[in-house]
Amino acid sequence: MKAIDLGNHRSLENYRDLLIILVQKEIKVRYKNNVLGYLWSVGNPLMFAVVYFFAFKIIMRVRVEAYPLVLLAGLFPWQWFANSVGSSPKIFVAGSSIIKKVNFPRHIIPLASVLNHMIHFCFSLPVIIVLLLFYDKVPPLSWLYGMPIQIGVQLMMLYGISLLLASLNLFVRDIEPLASIIIQMGFFFTPIIYTEDLIPERFQHLIPLNPAAPLMINWRNLILEGTLNFQYVLISFGYGLLFLALGYSVYKKLAHRFAEVL
Amino acid sequence: MREPVVSFDGVCKSYPLYHHVRGIKHLLFNFPRNLKAMKSMQYEAIRGISFDVYRGEQFGIIGHNGAGKSTTLGLIAGVLKPTSGRVVVRGRISPLLSLGAGFHPDLSGRENVMLNGILMGLTRREILEKLDEILDFTELGEFIERPIRVYSSGMLARLGFSVVAHLDPEILLIDEVLGVGDIRFRQKCAKKIREFKRSGVTMVMVSHSVDGIARLCSRAMWIENHTMQMIGDAKEVVAAYQAANADEADASDPVNEDFAGVEL
Repeated sequence: MKAIDLGNHRSLENYRDLLIILVQKEIKVRYKNNVLGYLWSVGNPLMFAVVYFFAFKIIMRVRVEAYPLVLLAGLFPWQWFANSVGSSPKIFVAGSSIIKKVNFPRHIIPLASVLNHMIHFCFSLPVIIVLLLFYDKVPPLSWLYGMPIQIGVQLMMLYGISLLLASLNLFVRDIEPLASIIIQMGFFFTPIIYTEDLIPERFQHLIPLNPAAPLMINWRNLILEGTLNFQYVLISFGYGLLFLALGYSVYKKLAHRFAEVL
Repeated sequence: MREPVVSFDGVCKSYPLYHHVRGIKHLLFNFPRNLKAMKSMQYEAIRGISFDVYRGEQFGIIGHNGAGKSTTLGLIAGVLKPTSGRVVVRGRISPLLSLGAGFHPDLSGRENVMLNGILMGLTRREILEKLDEILDFTELGEFIERPIRVYSSGMLARLGFSVVAHLDPEILLIDEVLGVGDIRFRQKCAKKIREFKRSGVTMVMVSHSVDGIARLCSRAMWIENHTMQMIGDAKEVVAAYQAANADEADASDPVNEDFAGVEL
């Protein structure tokens, strides 16, 4: 069970270029065939915010102050999370044409995909700022350290999950529909369209069991108030490490068989 | 002494028949009963093959469909890992050259050139230096800026060959592609290959066109029934292969004839 590929050493510069070109590819492919391009990554959460506002504030009359802001502060980060996880099972399947032909570090494809979704999130930050100003709020200074922490933790978690799902889906194709169901369920089990203090007392202690919940609660608090709950930061960081370790070990175990099953 | 750049040492490759496992339902129903059976259901693509390809050599691999030729190339490319035995490769390998290898349909020809070059292990800077030369060679004109899903198969082959040919591969893997494209481009490819031959690039090619192999390669290997049948001087191996298949030539593999007569 040995294979020595002296011919397959890559320079650091090549790794960097590989990552850059794969991210560029994702972005180009995403925008190539639609006219509105950038507007879609901003428009999608905005539209849903309008829908949820109508359903929950106007019809069901939830008592949350500044509900439109609450919605947006939850929906933008969640869109990054959900899109990234949702598209991850297909990553290696979609890359079959290169995986079958060239030997290169395959774990770089999910990384490119996660970074691509991160870039879309960063593009939507100006919109969030404009909306904050619209509601007479000033983006707090704590974003300067809060954003990098949150983005870093979310990147870790998403990269781990993507590696895991993308690798497994090659062997068990049921992962793909399963992932989309779990994301939809996760959306309602996570304080995104409601705040965590609306959760009944007897369920409060369950919040940390949902890997996305501490992360999303922190996102909203950071965006609206400029505060981070550091206990939650630690919990999401722990989840990030866990998924990263799990994803990478599964990937390591299966990677050499990718070309066989594609 | 000649230096081997590709060495196979008792290499076996078998594929588990994974498609039996796909789908959770199937897995659950068959789990206890078929776990053992599943493990033993293996398809042996090549069995105990040992050979060396030396630097600067043109090495051909011939054999029937399904004999294990493409598996051998996949092992050299490092895309597949051997089940047992050892594969050693020294030098930068070109991607497996076949129709649209490593191409993304939504990207333009130019973007795909860049993507392929980087996948091969080059850096952006190195590719930019050669970009004009590559684009010239493809003769694609304005098509180079269009997404390659609108390309014809001949255009794809031209792009594929141009990329691989210009990016200084040390080991060039060619999988049955040179029969595509019009006669002029095929001649151009042939010229390029002769250039490679002179400049000492190692080439490993798989083809049904045994004439092409005989003309172009110095040595060849004949794979039959997943094992090595014969290795040696290309012309002798091809002659033996043709002799062995002479009686069944009519009925055995009509597809082969389509690829015959490719001028190299």
